[in-house]
Amino acid sequence: MAGFHIVVCGGMVPDPLQSLEPVVGPDGPALKNEAMLPMVLDPWAAHSLYEAAHLAAHAPGSKVWLVSLGPKARLQQLMMSIAQKVSFELVALDGAAGGFSDAYEIARALAEAIEGIPDLDRTRLLLFGGCASAARDAGVTMSMVAERLGLTEQFLGVDMLETDGDRLRIKERVEGGRYRISECDAPPAMLAWATGTLPIPPNNPQLGMQNMRSIMPALARAKSIPLGSGDVAFGAVERPVQRRETRVVKDMPPEDIAREIVAWMREG
Amino acid sequence: MSEEAIPRQSMDVDIACVGFGPATGGFLTTLSQALEERATEPAFQSRVAPGLPLQVVCFERADDLGFGVSGVVTRARGIRASFPEFDPTEIPMGTKVASERLVYLQDPVGASRRSPGIRALDRLSGVANNGDHAVEVSAIPDFLRKDDGVLLSIGQFNQWVAGRLMSTGLVQLWPGMPVSQPLIEDDRVVGIRLVDQGTDRTGSPESGYMPGMDVHAGLVVVGDGPAGAVGQRLDERFGLPEGKHQRDWAVGMKMVVDLPEDTALEPGTVLHTIGYPEPEIFGFLYVQPERVASLGIFVPSWFASPVRTGYRYLQHWMMHPYLWSRLQGSRMRSWGAKTLQESGLRGEPHLVGDGYARIGEGSGSTNVLTGSGVDEAWTTGVLLAEAVIEHLERDVPFTRDALTNSYVARRRSSWLQTEAKVAEKARDGFQRGVLTGLVGMGLSGITGGRINVSGSHPHPRDRMPSVEEYYEGRIPAEEIASIRESCQRSRASLHDVLMERAGWPPIPHDGKLLVSHQDALLMGGKVQAPPGYPDHVVFLYPHLCESCEVQLCVEVCSGQAITPGEGGGVPDFDREKCVHCGACVWSCTRSREDESERGNIEFRAGAGGLHSAEN
Repeated sequence: MAGFHIVVCGGMVPDPLQSLEPVVGPDGPALKNEAMLPMVLDPWAAHSLYEAAHLAAHAPGSKVWLVSLGPKARLQQLMMSIAQKVSFELVALDGAAGGFSDAYEIARALAEAIEGIPDLDRTRLLLFGGCASAARDAGVTMSMVAERLGLTEQFLGVDMLETDGDRLRIKERVEGGRYRISECDAPPAMLAWATGTLPIPPNNPQLGMQNMRSIMPALARAKSIPLGSGDVAFGAVERPVQRRETRVVKDMPPEDIAREIVAWMREG
Repeated sequence: MSEEAIPRQSMDVDIACVGFGPATGGFLTTLSQALEERATEPAFQSRVAPGLPLQVVCFERADDLGFGVSGVVTRARGIRASFPEFDPTEIPMGTKVASERLVYLQDPVGASRRSPGIRALDRLSGVANNGDHAVEVSAIPDFLRKDDGVLLSIGQFNQWVAGRLMSTGLVQLWPGMPVSQPLIEDDRVVGIRLVDQGTDRTGSPESGYMPGMDVHAGLVVVGDGPAGAVGQRLDERFGLPEGKHQRDWAVGMKMVVDLPEDTALEPGTVLHTIGYPEPEIFGFLYVQPERVASLGIFVPSWFASPVRTGYRYLQHWMMHPYLWSRLQGSRMRSWGAKTLQESGLRGEPHLVGDGYARIGEGSGSTNVLTGSGVDEAWTTGVLLAEAVIEHLERDVPFTRDALTNSYVARRRSSWLQTEAKVAEKARDGFQRGVLTGLVGMGLSGITGGRINVSGSHPHPRDRMPSVEEYYEGRIPAEEIASIRESCQRSRASLHDVLMERAGWPPIPHDGKLLVSHQDALLMGGKVQAPPGYPDHVVFLYPHLCESCEVQLCVEVCSGQAITPGEGGGVPDFDREKCVHCGACVWSCTRSREDESERGNIEFRAGAGGLHSAEN
C-alpha cells in the first residue's frame, strides 16, 4: 500500500460545558471572556486527526499534518494536550478562533497554508477535517478548502474509511439515520469526518516530546491571518432561550426519562 | 487483555516535576531564566541526552494548565522578585488591592451553633451593626493585612506563567498526565511512574490499555499539593520528621461570580469575614475588574461537625444580609474546592531525600497566621531552582545531603522560615474554641510568635462527635435514626435534612447564584472525567467503612461524588463528579489498622476534575 499525505484541518473551540456568552465587542462579535475559556481541538476535527494517525500507522510512508488556526499563544497551550495523542506535524496559523469568522476567509487561509506545505504530494493527498465545527456548525469550510485545492472527490459526515491504498471505501452519514457507502479511486480526496470509530487515544508524553520538536518551530513560523466578517454586517448576537434543570437519577427506565422530557418540553 | 503483553515504556530526563501550580511555576520560571542565559554552557547540558539542553518536564494531573482552585489575594513578594515589572492587570482578572475590611457576621437565622462567648460577642457587636447583622472591624492587624498586595485568579496566573514558560521552549509542560507514584530504589527516588491508561474503574486493563510510563530523572521535584499522590506516597514511605504531624486541614470552596450591573463594590476590594455561618468558618470576597468577584469560605478540620459540608454553608454564607445586599442579582461563573494543608511548619515533611525535593503547599509552606500560601509556594519553587542551578554549576548530584545544604539551607535562611516560625503555633488556640483561637492568633501575630495560646493537636477524627452527640438537645436520636434511614434509602447525604431540621432555612434556588450542588458542578466547575482511568478515591478496607456510622466522607464531599453505599457499607464513588479537592482523605473517621495517622481512604492520582481556569 502506498502511503498517504494526510492534511487535517482542525481549529480550537471552547472546552465542552463552558458557559458561553456572545457579546458585540469593538472588533465585532465575540465571546465574553474568550481569553479565559479553556480551549480544545474542535471535537469533529479531533476525531479526524485520530483517524488520520490510525490510517498513517497502517500505511507505510504516510505522513500527517495538522493545519490549525487560532491565537498563537492559545495554540501553543492546546498543543501540549494534542501532541500527546498522535504523531503529526503542525502548520500553525495565527488568527482569531471562534465561530464568528467568515467560513470563506477561513477556507482561503487554510487552502493557502496547505498549498505552502513543502514536500506535500498532492497526488497522495487526503484532506481531513470535521464535518462541522462546535464553534459554528457551518459545515461548509472543508468543502470550500477542497474546492480551492481542486479536490473533486468529497465526502461529508464520514464515519469509516477503508483502503487498500488505491481505492477508498467510505461510509458517510446520510439522511434518515442511514449510511451511504461509496467507493472511488483515490487519493486525492476530501473527507469531512463525523465521529469516526476510534476512541480518544491515551496521553503519551514521549510522543508529545517528539511532536514538540517540530511544533515549537511551527508556532514560531505561524503566519498572521487577518480575519474579518467579509461583507457581512453583524447586527447582534444573542443566545437562544433555554432552560436548564439538572437532577441526578439512577436506574430510571428510559421510558420514564423520555416521558418526563416530553412533559417538560410541553410545559415550556 | 494481558497486562504483560504491553511493555511499560520508559524515558530518561534530567528533572521531572510533579504538578503545575504556583510552586512549580516559581521553580520552572527561575530555572528557565537561567537556561535561557546559559543554555550553551556545559553545566546546563543534559546528562541523559548528550548534546541537548537540560531535559526538564512537568506533568500536571488536571486536563489543562490552570484548572485548579486557590487563594487569590497575595502580597506577591516572591512573585514580584521573579518578575520585577510585574503588573497584575496584565493577567485577566488581576488587579491591585484597593481596600481591605474585616467583617464580623452575626447569626441572622438563629441556627448557627454559637458558644456562650460567641453569643456575648454577638450582643456586644449588635450595638454597632446597621441592621445587616454585621460589624466592620476598622483595624486589621498588620500581620493579616494585604493592602499592598494583588488580587489574582490563580487559574489565570498559572496560565500566564505557563505561557511564558512554554514560549521559551526550554521546559515542557504536559497536562492531563497524572503521576501515580515515585519510583524508589534503595530509598532513593529515581523517577516517577505515570498513571495507567485504558483501564476500568479498578485499574484492570481494558481496550486501549497503556501502562503508565516510567520517567527516570536525576531529580524529581514534587509540587503536587496537599493531597498529591506522589507526596503522600513519599510520606508513607519515609514518614514525617520526628515531632511533625499533619492534623490541621481545611476545605476551601469558592465561586467566581458576575456581580450585578449596579454593584457598588469597587475592583480591588477585599473582605474577610468571621462568625458565620458557623463561628469556625471564615469567608472571603475579592472584587476583581469588570464586575467580577471571587468569594468563598474555609471549613476547617477543627470544626468538629459530623455533617461538615462546604457547599451548603457556602450558600448560607452568601445569603447573610451583609453579603446578600451586595451579591443579590449576581451570577455564578465558576466554582470549585480544594484542600488546604494548614499545619504549616508543624506539618513540614522531609523536604529532600536522595533524588527528590518537595516544594509548595505539600511541603508545609502555607502560612496559617497570615492566611497566605500562593506566594510562599512560589518562593519555595524559586529557592529550589536556585539550589538546582548551584548543583548544575558544580556538577553535584541530587543527594539528600547535597540538597539539604543547598535547598533546605536556603529555605531555613529565607523570610519563609522566619514567618513560618512566627505562625507555627498561631492556630493552636482554635483547638480550644473559636474565641480562644482568635485571641491566640492575635497574640502570636502581635508578639512575633513569642507568646502563643497552647492547644493539643488531636487528629480530626479523634474529636469528631457522633451525629447524635452533635445534635443533642436539638434533634432527638430517634428522629436522627429515621433521617439516616431515609437518606440511606435515597443514597443522599445527611446534612441538608439535618441542617434544615436544626433551623437552617431552605435555599431558595434562583438558577443563577443559588443553584443545586449538581448544577454547581456542571455550570460552575464544568467537571469532567475522561474515560479509561482507574478510580482515584479508594476505600481500602471495606470492614472499616461498614463499621463507620458518621461517614463524614459523604458529608464533606465537595462534588457529591461520594454517596452512601449499599446498606450503609462502603460508600459509592463517582469519578465523574469529583473535583479532586481531597477533603475525603483527612475527613475519614476510620484509621487504618496499620497506621493510626492515615484514614481508610486512599487518594490516588486521577485525571479530570474541574474544567475552569477562572478560579
